[in-house]
Amino acid sequence: MGDIHVMREDFLPPKQPPRRHLISIGDVTREDVERLLATARSFSRSLEREVKKLPTLRGHTVVNVFYESSTRTSSSFELAAKRLSADTMSIKAAGSSVDKGESLKDTALTLGAYDPDVIVIRHPQIGAPQLVARYTEAHIVNAGDGKHQHPTQALLDLYTIREEVGPLEGMHVAIVGDVLHSRVARSNIQALTLMGAHVTLVGPPPLIPRGIEAMGCEISHDIAAIGAADVVYVLRMQRERMQEGANYVPSLREYTARWGVTPERLRPGQKVMHPGPMNRGVEIDPLVADAADALIEIQVRAGLVVRMAVLYDLLTTGPASVRSPEPLEVA
Amino acid sequence: MMLFGKNKSKDDLVVRGARVVDPVEGIDSVCDVRVDAGTIAQLGTSLDANEHRAVDGAGLVLAPAFVDPHVHLRVPGREDEETIASGTSAAAAGGYCAILAMPNTEPVVDSAAVLGSLIEDAQAEAEIPVGFLAAITRGQEGAELTEMAELADHGAVGFSDDGHPVVAPGLMRRALQYHGITGRRLALHCEEPTLSRGGQMHEGAISAELGFAGYPSVAESVMVERDLSLAAFEGQPLHLLHLSARESVEALSRAQAAGVAASAEVTPHHLCLTDEAVRSLDPNVKMNPPLRSSDDRTALIDGLRDGTIGSIATDHAPHARQEKDVPFEAAPFGVTGLETAFAALYTGLVDPGLIPLETLLERMSAGPARAYGLEAPRIAVGAPANLVLLDTAATWKVEESGFRSRSVNSWLLGQTLKGQVRMTVAAGSVVHES
Repeated sequence: MGDIHVMREDFLPPKQPPRRHLISIGDVTREDVERLLATARSFSRSLEREVKKLPTLRGHTVVNVFYESSTRTSSSFELAAKRLSADTMSIKAAGSSVDKGESLKDTALTLGAYDPDVIVIRHPQIGAPQLVARYTEAHIVNAGDGKHQHPTQALLDLYTIREEVGPLEGMHVAIVGDVLHSRVARSNIQALTLMGAHVTLVGPPPLIPRGIEAMGCEISHDIAAIGAADVVYVLRMQRERMQEGANYVPSLREYTARWGVTPERLRPGQKVMHPGPMNRGVEIDPLVADAADALIEIQVRAGLVVRMAVLYDLLTTGPASVRSPEPLEVA
Repeated sequence: MMLFGKNKSKDDLVVRGARVVDPVEGIDSVCDVRVDAGTIAQLGTSLDANEHRAVDGAGLVLAPAFVDPHVHLRVPGREDEETIASGTSAAAAGGYCAILAMPNTEPVVDSAAVLGSLIEDAQAEAEIPVGFLAAITRGQEGAELTEMAELADHGAVGFSDDGHPVVAPGLMRRALQYHGITGRRLALHCEEPTLSRGGQMHEGAISAELGFAGYPSVAESVMVERDLSLAAFEGQPLHLLHLSARESVEALSRAQAAGVAASAEVTPHHLCLTDEAVRSLDPNVKMNPPLRSSDDRTALIDGLRDGTIGSIATDHAPHARQEKDVPFEAAPFGVTGLETAFAALYTGLVDPGLIPLETLLERMSAGPARAYGLEAPRIAVGAPANLVLLDTAATWKVEESGFRSRSVNSWLLGQTLKGQVRMTVAAGSVVHES
């Protein structure tokens, strides 16, 4: 049987544009970010009204699937969807079919059968959101995949800096601590450099991944390097990764002594951010966490409006941020 | 006897007008080749076909068939992923006349009993001859040596703990000392586990950006250097499996210059891809050792060209669909390669002018045979017919449906390649035609 030519291309109905996802900051452009932040700002004004709920996404379904524990991200996505009148459903790995050994592919197919408009997924493994994107028709929002990406965190951080500190272009941000294990750091390096900010990574050598300067940031192993920054972004010291024998640092005690962000190490007026949850007294001194210059609660509030903007953007206008695995070229 | 297969009828054949290339015999000319009852009987022009079947080789290349020194046939234990029948059928389609199977099966090939049952299976179902390596240590656990002399007597073609390094230097030394009495090769998977632990991909700018735990090139090269030092000290030969790092190639080159009888192999994927490919997060570019930097790839190609690396090995590692259809981090290491090796390398290395066709043919055939002390396939009167007929102009698309292998975890799925195997003759029998 030969090829069947049904009709000329221009007689065919217009093709559906590719489904848009937010999986990595690497997938969005500067214009996408500008639009998202502007949308977030308009939502923040709407939240000042007495009735906070908008009818915008009525009839849409947003499914949150969390394979890792999370307080702020999962609650923030759920509330964001509700504020926009979407129907929401939240699934946690514990107590679901995942406990019975169901594969991510099958979970994706199962959830896909309900035709959700958006699936928000957090998963401990890099590449999980791409896999779900392959097996469902929904828009996928990555709420954290392994140590890879956490794009909405980076967007809410950009929003916070712009609203509270100033324009992103030329802003100097020092990211301090365990960069190696941090998806927040990776997304933020990409997002900040995309917007013209200057990033310095500060931490002990084993926790600064080899080759990361190729992302366009500087590296210092000396905490004094935070002195020049407009914003000091403190990463969580992940205690579970610092078990005896891991030897990333000799001890948390030595880490805190060398790299802990304390009042003495900050300039007056220097802004401090942290993605949470904090280990007070480890990576961040409690006095710093509670000081007026700390933007940590503001970040949480920004998380709500930024996630509203992301959901709105994916389901209405928005970025062509599709990155499906393409066949490899033989080099 | 080190190779085992089905007893097949020997064929009569005349291949007419192909470009006959045998780098070892020093042949590169357009001529006819006649095979009588599985043995090469005559080379010349306008040969009389008599009753023989005539094959038109015009525009094609006729070369010694390939030898793959590194295949995972998955038996015993994972017959859902591959069997001797399916793996050898895939190899025949890839132009191979012999393959060597690794012993990291369930159970491990570490006793004459397991080896014996594999040999029986091969004699019943192998489409082309197969050699079986046995483990260096019992259960590949790195504690006690296997009974190497008995295993060699029963037909083991060599010894390897492939998939695992021999971690303890003292044990590695004993293996080097003892295996010498067998005359069979030790094949070493070089990986320092405390440096590679948890690693998902090459450690470098891309792993830093993607957030994967790194498997640095030094995890391989420190072990390569250790094993070469031990081999030099003991005056024993060894074979290095699937080299991936520049530092490993350089260490090997220094050792060879100092007189160590060390051979090595490299895979098509390490020759064609770099860690850039991992950006796709496709589990079919996850392998051990991982794809490395562009500089490492250059060193591997240079090493292959100058002969430091004498063999190309597919490291054909079939995996069940459900095991690869998961996020990258959850996927097992390994990709298939038997059916695509020649085309991938022709497309990736020969066509762009990185290595000559003759070099590729030698490294896929005589090189690996030499590394294991096997008789090299050659195009010479009186030699058994081990031939591959290649169409270097044909293009084809790699698709799941085309595979003879039971598994489809190929890094080439969906790609169009140049170079196709038209016919394979193994041990005197036509085993593949397309």
